Amino acid sequence: MIPVNYYVALSAVLFSIGALGVLIRRNPLIIFMSIELMLNAANLAFVAFGRSFEIQSGQPFFGGQIFVFFVIAVAAAEVAVGLALIVEIFKTKKNINIDELNSLKG
Amino acid sequence: MHLSETASSGFFFLAPWLVFAPLAGLLINAIFGRRFSERTVGTIASLASGAAFVVSVLLAYSVSLNHGEVMRWRLAEWIHIGALNLDWTFRIDSLSTTMMLVVSGVGTLIHIYAIGYMHEDVRFKHEEGRFNRFFIYLNLFIAAMMILVSGDSYMMLFVGWEGVGLCSFLLIGFWYEFDTLGRSSWANSNAAKKAFIVNRVGDFGFLIAGFLMFWYLGDSHSFQFDAVFEAARTAPKEIIIAITLFMLIGVAGKSAQIPLYIWLPDAMAGPTPVSALIHAATMVTAGVYLITRSAPLYSSVPEAQYIVAMVGAITALFAATIAVGQYDIKKVLAYSTISQLGFMVAAVGMGAYVAGMFHLMTHAFFKALLFLAAGSVILGLERGHHAHAHHAAHDEKPKAKKTKKEEHGHGGEDHGEVFDPGDMRNMGGLRKTMPVTFWLYIIGTLALAGIFPFAGFWSKDEILLDASLHYPVVYWLLTIAAFFTAFYMGRQIWMVFFGEARSDAAKHAEESPKVMTVPLMVLAVLSVAGGALNLPFEGFHNLGHWLGHTLGEVEGLPLNLQVAGISTALALIAILISWFIYGRNSLKAGQVDPLKKPLGFVFTGMENKWFVDEGYFALIINPFKKASAFLADVIDWRFWHDFVHETIILGAYNWISNIALNEYTDQKGIDAFANWLGSATQWISGIMRKIQNGFVRSYALSVLMGVVLILGYLIFK
Repeated sequence: MIPVNYYVALSAVLFSIGALGVLIRRNPLIIFMSIELMLNAANLAFVAFGRSFEIQSGQPFFGGQIFVFFVIAVAAAEVAVGLALIVEIFKTKKNINIDELNSLKG
Repeated sequence: MHLSETASSGFFFLAPWLVFAPLAGLLINAIFGRRFSERTVGTIASLASGAAFVVSVLLAYSVSLNHGEVMRWRLAEWIHIGALNLDWTFRIDSLSTTMMLVVSGVGTLIHIYAIGYMHEDVRFKHEEGRFNRFFIYLNLFIAAMMILVSGDSYMMLFVGWEGVGLCSFLLIGFWYEFDTLGRSSWANSNAAKKAFIVNRVGDFGFLIAGFLMFWYLGDSHSFQFDAVFEAARTAPKEIIIAITLFMLIGVAGKSAQIPLYIWLPDAMAGPTPVSALIHAATMVTAGVYLITRSAPLYSSVPEAQYIVAMVGAITALFAATIAVGQYDIKKVLAYSTISQLGFMVAAVGMGAYVAGMFHLMTHAFFKALLFLAAGSVILGLERGHHAHAHHAAHDEKPKAKKTKKEEHGHGGEDHGEVFDPGDMRNMGGLRKTMPVTFWLYIIGTLALAGIFPFAGFWSKDEILLDASLHYPVVYWLLTIAAFFTAFYMGRQIWMVFFGEARSDAAKHAEESPKVMTVPLMVLAVLSVAGGALNLPFEGFHNLGHWLGHTLGEVEGLPLNLQVAGISTALALIAILISWFIYGRNSLKAGQVDPLKKPLGFVFTGMENKWFVDEGYFALIINPFKKASAFLADVIDWRFWHDFVHETIILGAYNWISNIALNEYTDQKGIDAFANWLGSATQWISGIMRKIQNGFVRSYALSVLMGVVLILGYLIFK
């Protein structure tokens, strides 16, 4: 059986890749994909810890999986809103470079 | 209820109508008077006063039915605070009903007379709308006078006392925008104020007497006459003397005695019916009534009685001398009234209460008669003046219908020159043009001069007789005053009715209408026959017996031929002398008074009222004005305003507000802090805004770093 540490490590790697993607990419679509990656890294950790807790306690436990469903639902909603925003921004600015969308600066 | 059980029969329940009948008349006229004709207004007012007379008659009848039993009718509670218990109670006894009869009887006659008098007076002054107001005041006066004479306590008496004072003020100033000649001026209004202020001095004395009663007489503090008298029996004598003397000040104010008589001559500014009703027959006798009512107080302190008698006697003589030197027909009568009031006060001061009340009644009859007849003379002259002036200046006729405003411009006088219809020097020969008035005036004069058998003879003689028995000084003062009385009345008769007319107005004078002369005839009958009330013969002391129910049985003195003879002889001599001076060679127009030459400065003194008014000005009014000016200028303006207010308070306020509050607290304290807060906020936000660069990725980095920091802290803490 694969130890939980492996999953956590994979999750950390995925999360880091996602965070890096958010920080260095300028295309909002890519950034969204990176965010999705971070979310899924968190999902992986949830599921891994949930399973690990189930094995240790000997009781059936679905808390991790259920939480993941919520995260997936929230992520889907977020992507729906975000994509709609991107489409609208593109319609007005003909450009979706994230560094040029800085009109809210102080 | 203080209702005495034994005296339940009679008409005592009508007592409140003494006051409410005139009040009803007043209210009707006040509310609807403007819509009524003059005749209706006058009739309502006269009926209201007449109703009070009828009630008075019924009450007097009821008193006699009950053998003079004192009857009390409590109408309402007035003030009940602690030990102070004041009620509005009517006291019906022989003394108060006597006053009620005089007030309402003479009052009603004067009401009727005034219908005729005011009808013309308001037209001569172009103020027809004021007719109604006159009768409202007149009814108010009757109501107040009734409260005065029917009150059962000193405080109810005082209410009436002040009420009649108010009416006196209102009626003296009835033509407040004119002077007595109808010119635009404040003279009448000033006369009204003078009367009010002088009376106030007297009322102050009355009030002090009341305070003394409150503190020293009795524990019930009801001010009821009987309670006060009862308590006075055991009170120290000094207190009684103080009370009676302070009360005398009130009497001197109301009844025009030295030193407070000065308002009464000026009060002649009022219309003549007012002079007759208020300033001769009724209100001014309130002081005499007060002393009579307080008889038990005065009788217990002979010292105070002596002072009262002397004040009365000196006033009687002093005023009589002034009357000799007057030219105004009403001023002569005014000083005569003061003099006769002196007789009454002297009488009640000597303890001759019945004689005082007797003279009060007869005087009310003949002095009202004289005043009203004088009013008839004045109006007769006024008519003559207008008729003549219209005749002479036909083209000026449209001017008669001019407005009041224009009038003020040139003095309210219709025809150029100012004509005084009250000046006896403008009269003369009126016996032919005004025969009815002439005969009425003769009757009044004979009654006043004390000629047998007119009313004045009996009443004056009774006073003189009482004086001759106990107070020789008073007797001689009064006898000399009686001599002067006959003299100035003779002078007046010769000047007014005999000789030649000294002005066109007198030549064209017209007799007054019946509405004026008929009440005069009634008064004339009373002036002739009034003496029958109390003839000095055994079995005829009717008034003495009647008042004895209230004042205690008084022994009626028999006629003393010596006293009566001296006074009558003096009166006849005085009339004879006056005929020598004024009758034999009648005064010509513009001639100086023939007395002026032989008497010299004495006559000047009489003419100028012995300079008493000037004396008051020099002694009291001018120093008072100077003191007021000093207080106003130095104390109030310079010290209080300029120094205390402007310099100290305003300066301190300026310093505090400018320096302490404005500069240091507000500008350097609060402002500085607020400004620092503002600039600090700007400076901080200037730094902070740089964080908000608008780059999403830098925000994301910040979030990441934050998370890393928090996680790092949580992990490595």
